Amino acid sequence: MLDQTSKPLVSVRDLKMHFPIHAGLLRRRVGVVKAVDGVSFDVMEGETLGLVGESGCGKSTCGRAVLRLYDITSGEITIDGEEIGQRAQGKLREMRPTMQMVFQDPQASLNPRMTVEAIIKEPLDEHTKLSESEKREKVAELMDAVGLNRQFAKRYPQAFSGGQRQRIGIARALALNPKFIVCDEPIAALDVSIQAQVVNLLEDLQEQLGLTYLFISHDLSMVRHIATRVAVMYLGKIVELAPREALYDEPLHPYTKALLSAVPEPDPSLATKKERIVLKGDVPSPANPPAGCNFCTRCPSVMDICKTQEPEYFEVSPGRFTACHLYQNTNDTAE
Amino acid sequence: MPDGALPVLDVRDLKTVFKTRSGEVHAVNDVSFSLRPGELLGVVGESGSGKSVTMMSLLGLLPSPPAEVKRGQVMFEDKNLLDVDAETLRSVRGGKIGFVFQDPMTSLNPVFTVGVQIMEPLRKHMGMNKKQAAVRAQELLELVGIPDAKRRLGDYPHQFSGGMRQRVMIAIALACDPQVLIADEPTTALDVTIQAQILELMKDLRTKLGMAVIWITHDLGVIAGIADRVMVMYGGQVVEHAPVSTLFKDPQHPYTRALLKTIPTIQGDRAARLTVIEGQPPIIKAAPSACPFRNRCDVAFDRCASENPPRYDLGEGHDAACFFDARTGAPRDA
Repeated sequence: MLDQTSKPLVSVRDLKMHFPIHAGLLRRRVGVVKAVDGVSFDVMEGETLGLVGESGCGKSTCGRAVLRLYDITSGEITIDGEEIGQRAQGKLREMRPTMQMVFQDPQASLNPRMTVEAIIKEPLDEHTKLSESEKREKVAELMDAVGLNRQFAKRYPQAFSGGQRQRIGIARALALNPKFIVCDEPIAALDVSIQAQVVNLLEDLQEQLGLTYLFISHDLSMVRHIATRVAVMYLGKIVELAPREALYDEPLHPYTKALLSAVPEPDPSLATKKERIVLKGDVPSPANPPAGCNFCTRCPSVMDICKTQEPEYFEVSPGRFTACHLYQNTNDTAE
Repeated sequence: MPDGALPVLDVRDLKTVFKTRSGEVHAVNDVSFSLRPGELLGVVGESGSGKSVTMMSLLGLLPSPPAEVKRGQVMFEDKNLLDVDAETLRSVRGGKIGFVFQDPMTSLNPVFTVGVQIMEPLRKHMGMNKKQAAVRAQELLELVGIPDAKRRLGDYPHQFSGGMRQRVMIAIALACDPQVLIADEPTTALDVTIQAQILELMKDLRTKLGMAVIWITHDLGVIAGIADRVMVMYGGQVVEHAPVSTLFKDPQHPYTRALLKTIPTIQGDRAARLTVIEGQPPIIKAAPSACPFRNRCDVAFDRCASENPPRYDLGEGHDAACFFDARTGAPRDA
């Protein structure tokens, strides 16, 4: 859990990632999609920070931006003591071994023309000076670590099932002994019975290798299982960030409450008893977010102030952050 | 749900085989079930368990070749749907039996307005003229909760969001007052908050219209909240079938039990470690002569490898296809 001695391995401050919209004959810039719009969080060493939200909320963009897979619009990103927010892509190369990524779709993120061995070996080719036999030995070790039979090293990805392909992706991410791994929906494409296998593997590896994860998912029950702390995103912003127990037992932000109540529970007696908050309408377009609070168009406890003034993201109680006017007042009186 | 009511749809020993270059795939093996008026039957299973193929076989929606419905009987209104001619089948599909597919983007035609697509079944199956159909289409959009329905009839699918598109799909399926609605993973492509909207809508519509629904999903949480009875499929077979509360309280098949243990929840105790079903779901290459789950099962014994278990009746509408009796903790009598 989050003890006072733990220090942040990753620190993100006011990260913005805006994508321009071009239109018309001259491809003029007519607007921006604010996919990630001012996000701040820390990921402590050895913890798993869950990042949840619905599709289009910017969670994947956020994960990619943290690893600088994009040139970010503004903000600071510190990973392992190094500020990489504005660093040029060429100079990022030397940082890459520290930070790795596991992608959502193991089908699309593995080259079908490379053997499993070649896929896992590629980062070693790029970043190390190991000899060919050393590399092959390392690949075999990695395959053991993720539970793949090392005799299958010469096979191609399509010979493997979805769960096994995801293991290949994880082995590749581990090849350079990273400290920080962004897992972008690593289990979304897998069947229920296979999801548990991959999640257990991720947890085992974390324990053995002391890894730090940013675990991006839309599956709130799986995040409850794997994450130490959880951040909830809505329309490009973090609306709430809290330790796991606090967030699931007593959510603060109205969006978190609605999101949690919408998760269907596999228990018919609970399902009939549970009071479900059904949100009206859809998520607004990130190209044209509403004035004030982003959630004000769907919020069941909306107030006048929400429609004009954007709520500040602040620490309500130690370790619990939220951006909502409902809690802003209590803060003012406390001061 | 009156127990004595005659089923609206009765399926017996359905078997579908795909002929592929690498041999036959036995996708559906002797599946039997019935659907009573007004009830919601949930069908759960992992991908490849045969749940979608079963439903598509009923309505002749599978391309043949490669698919072939080998045998079985599908009784709907005193007719065997596997025997009737294409014309009759076409009048049943989209008429008395409605179908909602998983992905609302690919199942709507992008070049026609939503209004045209809702009016098509009304004019084909109900013989309405353009005016009547337009009025009915507007009613349908209102029924599924789309605001400003009249104006939106003239919009194209891309102008709707994912949840709204799924509502349009449901409106089309409901157009001809179907007796049976088959919904194939209708909320899988949607976000949880939108899924909650569609689930509420379905509950509403069922009480309003009194139709029977078959709801296919892999999400046990969705099933728990919406179904009356549940059928669990594995390897192209029905492995367990029970009223919803019985299934969750007293699962009898090892696969159902394992499945219920592997899924984490957002309430209650948090397991330190997830329970894992080792191994992979099988691809059934030949007519099954053994239990499809035996290699991943924790109570399998020799008989499971030599015989395919039949569905044992456990009383009160509950049955399970397993040679091991979980209640006594011993194999059933041969």
